Amino acid sequence: MTSATAAIEARGLGKRYGRRWALADCTLSIPAGHVAGLVGPNGAGKTTLISLATGMLAPTTGTVEVLGGAPAGGPGQLARVGYVAQGTPAYAGLSVADHLRLGAHLNPRWDAALARRRIGQLGLDPRQKAGELSGGQRAQLALTLALAKRPELLILDEPVASLDPVARREFLQVLMNAVAEQELSVVMSSHQVADLERVADYLIVLVGSRVRVEGGVEDLLATHHLLTGPRREASSLPASQQVITESHAGRQSTFLVRSSEPVIDPAWTAEELSLEDLVLAYMGHAAPGPPGIRTLQARP
Amino acid sequence: MIWLTWRQFRPQAAAAAIALAVVAIVAAATGPGVASAYVSSGLPDCHASCATDASNFVTGLNRFDLLLYLGSFLLMYLAPALIGIFWGAPLIAREVETGTHRVAWNQSVTRTRWILVKLGLVGLAAVATAGLLSLMVTWWASPINHAAVLSGGQISGFVPRLDAPVFDARGVVPLGYAAFAFALGVTAGVLLRRTLPAMAVTLVAFAVIQVLVPNFVRPHLLPPDQFTAPVASSIGLNVNAGTGQKSIQLAGPFTKPGAWVLSDVIVTPSGAELPNVTMSPSGAELTVLPKACASMLGAAGPDPTGLRDCRSVLAAMHLRQSVTWQPASRFWPLQWTETGLYLVLAAGLGWVSVAQLRRRRAA
Repeated sequence: MTSATAAIEARGLGKRYGRRWALADCTLSIPAGHVAGLVGPNGAGKTTLISLATGMLAPTTGTVEVLGGAPAGGPGQLARVGYVAQGTPAYAGLSVADHLRLGAHLNPRWDAALARRRIGQLGLDPRQKAGELSGGQRAQLALTLALAKRPELLILDEPVASLDPVARREFLQVLMNAVAEQELSVVMSSHQVADLERVADYLIVLVGSRVRVEGGVEDLLATHHLLTGPRREASSLPASQQVITESHAGRQSTFLVRSSEPVIDPAWTAEELSLEDLVLAYMGHAAPGPPGIRTLQARP
Repeated sequence: MIWLTWRQFRPQAAAAAIALAVVAIVAAATGPGVASAYVSSGLPDCHASCATDASNFVTGLNRFDLLLYLGSFLLMYLAPALIGIFWGAPLIAREVETGTHRVAWNQSVTRTRWILVKLGLVGLAAVATAGLLSLMVTWWASPINHAAVLSGGQISGFVPRLDAPVFDARGVVPLGYAAFAFALGVTAGVLLRRTLPAMAVTLVAFAVIQVLVPNFVRPHLLPPDQFTAPVASSIGLNVNAGTGQKSIQLAGPFTKPGAWVLSDVIVTPSGAELPNVTMSPSGAELTVLPKACASMLGAAGPDPTGLRDCRSVLAAMHLRQSVTWQPASRFWPLQWTETGLYLVLAAGLGWVSVAQLRRRRAA
């Protein structure tokens, strides 16, 4: 695993459909060596970003590199990246065994033993047609196909969005086991923080094509504090405390601040944040600013 | 990639194999009968004035064989269209529609190779299918086609093999049609990304091309021959019993067995086309009669003096028959030229498909 090169590195990346920008001027670097969660509201550009990173789409502006190479730039590059597309598509008319043969024929690094073992563990009948599988089973098949090609980076686009809670949990469990077994970097998008909370150790919050916040999950949780105390202005807070959101009710003020130093002011009641609270705060508020101004759509 | 292409194509290949087997069985069961009827009619050894024998042979065929003969046109017109609709249009469009292109394009195979292998293998299957069909139909129908030539166009509904419906359903052109229809379907699918609209566009576009090419392109694929000669001096007189309209029949000397006549007109010495001439299978007819000929039509029938005057007036007009035509011997040159044209068109469409898929990534 090479942590030096980014898993996905985008510079000024944009994709336009007619007059609508699905992704505009996006610059980000998702480090390798993590299970990185890409989270954001619907329409933030997650799927577009992933489609550009997997070479499914060509960018209108800017560049994107995956593991230091052009997306889908050639057989070698394709072999390094596994991709589970949104909706986990599979060939409806082909059986599970056919899908494994497909993988074996089309991937030089195919791990047939691994693929067979996974299918066995999942209890899938190799003769069953993919069109007859449940959504959860099909997602598992897509994951097996992506894992058995032995990629260095696995990209998943909302893999569990359409699954029921049980299938969702099973899928993420299988994913976590695979990450532990096969040293691989993962980038997984979701609009559900709860899904990412289970698996991700790195988080990128994307709102309106912009990275709102990114960092290791533990680090993010350790440096964000929810402060409640007597009413005061945001400007009166110490410079080391970056205000993410603020709300004022009567004589009370609540601030979500980011600070690398511990909050010691005794006037405050400091609360621990859940990852979900943190992400929602960033998704709801484009940038620190006066209360009441919410810029959910910050696209040009 | 070859394995995947074959695995995906298997159901269509099976359907084609069954269709080919059915055609082969029907051809094998009825072909020898048609061939032996041809031999026993004496036509293989006939060298002159074979029209009657040829007519007898064709009219002597049983009803089922005649039905098959007509069916062979339907088959040869439909086969390329079906290939374009059911093999070409869904080839890429169905993948994009169901999202499976995301699976295929993220294996360790570039999408250029992916589409080239699909185009190559299924395209080859399309050409092979059309080739086998054409081989069987051409063999089965060859006695009837020979008879149509020998009859000199006297059997209505049976034209020589250079004429439109027969030319399109024989020889090597069906291979070109199949390749073109397939590439057309694929390109429509790539551009529209939806199977059903791509199928519809393929059908309409292919039908339009199949009408335009025989009428406007094929006559010019090879420079046609010109034939001009004075109209014969013998004059027949026609009176339409129903309308009472009188006309003089002009006998043109043009007789070339199996020729494809592109135009056949009566011209004056200056080269101008003569008005008042209608063309019919039995020859040119002068519908407005010269004054001298009017007296021929007395109640008592043609009188010898009038006839002589009429003839001399017509002779003084120096009318000529002018025919633009393709000789029967050009069947194979025309076949190969047209096949080449369709193959070039197919290759061009294939290139558009590949370029379109590549551009979505590389722009």
